[in-house]
Amino acid sequence: MERYEKTFLVLSAAVLVAFLVALAYATIAMHIELPGKAGVIPIKPGQNVAAAVLATAPFNHPGVTKIGPDQYQVAIVAQAWTYYPREIEVPAGARVTFVVTSVDVTHGFEIPGTRVNMMLIPGYISKLSYRFRKPGNYRIICHEYCGILHHTMTAVLRVK
Amino acid sequence: MSAPIVYRSEGFELPGVQRNLIRWTIYLGFAALAVGVVNGLDQALSYAGINIFRFYPEMRTYYQGLTVHGVFNAIVLTFAFGNGFISLTTARALGRALSTPIQVAAFAAIAVGTVLAAFAMFTGEATVLYTFYPPLEASWTFYLGLALIVISTWLVSADLFLSLARWRREHPGERIPLLAYMSVVTYLMWDLASLGIAAEVVLLLLPWSLGLLPGSDPMLSRTLFWLTGHPIVYFWLLPVYVSWYGMIPRQVGGKLFSDSVTRIAFLAFLLLIPVGFHHQFLDPGISPTLKYFIAVLTFAIFFPSLMTAFAVMYALEIGGRSHGGKGLIGWFFRIPWRDPSVSAQVLAMLAFMLGGISGLMNASYSMNMMIHNTTFVSGHFHLTVATAVTLSYMGIAYWLVPYLEQKELWGRTLARWQSWIYFVGVLIFSTGLTIGGFAGMPRRTPIALISYPKLPEWQLAGLLAAVGGSLMFIGAVLFFVILAVTILAGQHEAVADIPLSETVERPTLAGWAVRLDRLGLWLGVSLVLVLIVYGSFIAHHLPPHLISQPFKAF
Repeated sequence: MERYEKTFLVLSAAVLVAFLVALAYATIAMHIELPGKAGVIPIKPGQNVAAAVLATAPFNHPGVTKIGPDQYQVAIVAQAWTYYPREIEVPAGARVTFVVTSVDVTHGFEIPGTRVNMMLIPGYISKLSYRFRKPGNYRIICHEYCGILHHTMTAVLRVK
Repeated sequence: MSAPIVYRSEGFELPGVQRNLIRWTIYLGFAALAVGVVNGLDQALSYAGINIFRFYPEMRTYYQGLTVHGVFNAIVLTFAFGNGFISLTTARALGRALSTPIQVAAFAAIAVGTVLAAFAMFTGEATVLYTFYPPLEASWTFYLGLALIVISTWLVSADLFLSLARWRREHPGERIPLLAYMSVVTYLMWDLASLGIAAEVVLLLLPWSLGLLPGSDPMLSRTLFWLTGHPIVYFWLLPVYVSWYGMIPRQVGGKLFSDSVTRIAFLAFLLLIPVGFHHQFLDPGISPTLKYFIAVLTFAIFFPSLMTAFAVMYALEIGGRSHGGKGLIGWFFRIPWRDPSVSAQVLAMLAFMLGGISGLMNASYSMNMMIHNTTFVSGHFHLTVATAVTLSYMGIAYWLVPYLEQKELWGRTLARWQSWIYFVGVLIFSTGLTIGGFAGMPRRTPIALISYPKLPEWQLAGLLAAVGGSLMFIGAVLFFVILAVTILAGQHEAVADIPLSETVERPTLAGWAVRLDRLGLWLGVSLVLVLIVYGSFIAHHLPPHLISQPFKAF
């Protein structure tokens, strides 16, 4: 290989390593964690997914629950083409943990302006925590195609 | 002293039947592009709140057009172009004819597959987008059509491997000609990568749509889809790399520098197949550790692309300097920009640099949370597949169609404008979608019809998307006009051969570089990597959780 070629390849490798270090920093030092294994919906043989979801806590009572000092859990059920509940209220600055699942098809769950963003896959529980520091109305949007009225699937989160 | 990238530098001609099969395959691809592009304009305008799809005679919903757009552009166009172009480059590189029966079967499979899938989509029985995540359920004709389209690529692979095997038997101890190496590795990579989608369609979705299975497994299907769904982008891109490495250096009057580096770049794509989990960073049910490991592997793909940037830039520089270009960057302006095939492909390279950067952002594990499934992603892949790949296909067509037709290209000046209009269009379009994506504008969503208020940032984003998308549409229409006039009314002109680069460095017959040609070994290594990454997930998941009932409200 020519000298220039070698230099270029070494530089490229260095850039790559720098990127990976930045990635590790974001993950470890800044505690940015992705959704992971947060459990599955127990489905009996022959049972409908929707029925199984509605028989599983916390989805049998969707909504906001205080789970600790300054900590809230928001259980949400997604169904084409809405979320239950459709309007949610949480206090500003609290740690809010979203626990969400879908009763039918794959849906999305996104709150623009935040890093709340996850996929909802039938049979699985999606979980993510976030602290809303600024009061106001936040919009929850389904960002995965889920049938003819996908573009109407939304909910509102009020941070007070 | 330079070395050819083909076995015989002169005097090879494909049998007429095979040349015609290649011609029809490539025209099938471009016909699909035409249909796909028509069904793209309404989406671009929708971002600005303009709703024109209701005037499309055959389309009942936005999503139906979106499905056609994705399947025709990202699957039919790319697979047909790859089948035709790589068959040609392999035959030319080895200096031997292909198998006519296999080529006929491959053409029949992709043509029938396209008709079946099109029938399902146009009758509204398959509005499932090109990712077709179950339990959205299309009619069986859609899945069967897709299966046939994939089978056509396997048939072409078989033809390429048989040709290469025969050539190697006849030429023991010789290195595989570089052009054949690049071509065959492209299909070798794809054969392994396509197993995911093949398993998904043939074992899960097709029997399900025929009522033979009690339900569908959304998670397993999705995972198998993305096992193929990321390396599929290399299958779109590598035929373009064949052109950037194998033809562009000649077209600009330069030379490719290194034989070995070129082979390593292609091998890297074969080895980095199992990275599809980065499309599932925000999925439940997959451990963050696996996701982090995949992020690292995904970043590694950046490396062969940087190698390509170096190798191709170097060839362009030799060409630019041979045309009198001086200075650090002066050579760049002296490459033959007047040649529409060159202007289209060099502009495609520039788009690919931007697309590469936005791709790294997608792959960045934590940053992905900002932009996942927003229009940022569409902005990214319109720079990559819709420009780096598609604009290169157009640039290749500017010499390939005259070669296949033995006719002069009509409208060279118009063709040059065409490439610029398309390029400027995509820059504006993707800027809009990138801005929108950062502000959480969802992809795959008709913004003109949403039931919730737009965020303020989405206004500018939508306007840019509509303006840029319209320019891309005009660029594409010009391409089809040039193509149609050349084919139907072009002046006859004898075009003896395809453009072929030479390498400065001759391939060695001894040492480590010879091992690069041991394709079976590399395929084995890649298979082991796939098993490491996917094996444990799939083994833990099996048997399939057939929990979901069909959903057809589309």
